[in-house]
Amino acid sequence: METSFLAFVLINIVKIILVVVILLMSVAYTVLLERKLVGRIQNRWGPSRVGPFGLLQPLVDGAKLFLKEDLIPLAVYRPLYVLAPMIALTCALLSISMVPFGADVRWHGVQLLQVSDVSIGLLIILGITSIGVYGIALSGWSSNNKYSLLGALRASAQVISYELALGLSLVGVVMRAGSLRLRDIVNVQSTHGLLSWNFFGGFQFVAFFIYLMAAYAETNRSPFDLPEAESELTAGYHTEYSSMKFAMFFMAEYANMITVSCVATLLFFGGWTSPFGSFLSGSGPVSTALLSVFWFVAKVFFFLFLYIWVRGTLPRFRYDQLMGFGWKFLVPVAVANIVVTAFWMGLWLPVH
Amino acid sequence: MHLALFIIFGGLCVAGALNLLFQRHPINCALSLIVVMSSLSVLYLLLGAEFLAAAQVIVYSGAIMVLFTFVIMLLNAGKEDRTHGSKLAYIAGFPGAAILLGLLAYIFLSRQAEFGQARLGEYMVNTGALSQVLFKNLLLPFEVTSVLILIAILGAVALARKEH
Repeated sequence: METSFLAFVLINIVKIILVVVILLMSVAYTVLLERKLVGRIQNRWGPSRVGPFGLLQPLVDGAKLFLKEDLIPLAVYRPLYVLAPMIALTCALLSISMVPFGADVRWHGVQLLQVSDVSIGLLIILGITSIGVYGIALSGWSSNNKYSLLGALRASAQVISYELALGLSLVGVVMRAGSLRLRDIVNVQSTHGLLSWNFFGGFQFVAFFIYLMAAYAETNRSPFDLPEAESELTAGYHTEYSSMKFAMFFMAEYANMITVSCVATLLFFGGWTSPFGSFLSGSGPVSTALLSVFWFVAKVFFFLFLYIWVRGTLPRFRYDQLMGFGWKFLVPVAVANIVVTAFWMGLWLPVH
Repeated sequence: MHLALFIIFGGLCVAGALNLLFQRHPINCALSLIVVMSSLSVLYLLLGAEFLAAAQVIVYSGAIMVLFTFVIMLLNAGKEDRTHGSKLAYIAGFPGAAILLGLLAYIFLSRQAEFGQARLGEYMVNTGALSQVLFKNLLLPFEVTSVLILIAILGAVALARKEH
């Protein structure tokens, strides 16, 4: 179907706005989910006063953060102090643009369930994530505060170290798919439902666990949340931030969590495909679109739940343990995984 | 479209490089360098080198420059003191640089036909084809380079190790 340029631009703009709004809403409700779940894990209720079951709590929190006074301490280095939260949030929101949310459904020739389908989508996500660390590093440095600086130093060292293990863990998946396009990677896993997912049929479960641990460290989440360890650093890199600037860091962290969950779903758990093969994956375009989005969201939700579960369960690492774990355990295992996958593909799989 | 992107990011690249020279605080210099490297990656993409573009962002902007800013933050380096520079630089440096630039421009322009031309957005080298070249045709140079880098790492570790 031929589309005019104007229609193309219009559909895309609407799509981008929708994705950003949905992402920000899910960020807000992931915060609520975390407070609720951690509350239950610690044998208390969590937020329950605002709205039914506390469901309006995120909106009230947002309003509170908007209305608070935006303090800028005197001793900060202003340009970078203002720039840092913007970098953090921009990078966090950008990387979702590569993620396909559902099957290849087109309307007027425009892909509806993905912002942009790029041949190096996976690399772009990695690149944007690696730029995102500047938000944390610069905020800590420009705040002119010892705690912030320590938090920022920890964060940058941690993110660089774990990025290596993260990247290496993805190589096995890329080798199996023979492509860096996220749609291709999912399509490879879509033949036999659950059995052809990279986690099960692709024998990439080692890679998955490496990815999961490295990704928790990349997003500065528990048990690797040393950059914001409140008992040691008051709040870490965002100690001097208040109001909306603080909220931007907070949103960036949760948006990153969502992106990481999306990538884990796409790379290891078959993306939007149904776990039962062609059963429950839709027949017409509408039902295909809805069911694929349903499966995708369900899997992403599972990973978000896992994030919160881990946070409520595990104690924090010590700094030297963190570094040792990353460099001496995760990286060698990831390399071994690549070698084994290569041998497996070379010896047992038919040459294609 | 390609030309517009080239002008925007080429301009950004030059502006970042100039800013790098004129800024006095090391962290601003490091940030300008990041801008230069990121806009270079867009130029690579326009020339069709998609993997190189991504690697440029991941490796240079995302890892090496983080280490740069890390060191600057750790040392808490202050503002740079400007001197008038050495006389030698004024007498020999500027004319020398100008002569070199002129010479290079002359050679490039006079031998334009032999270099061939690459138009913006003309072709795309996909990552699969690149890996075929790297791991089949150029396997030996590739592996030798990686051994070279490994030796450099070992050297750095040996130098930084504390004596017992």
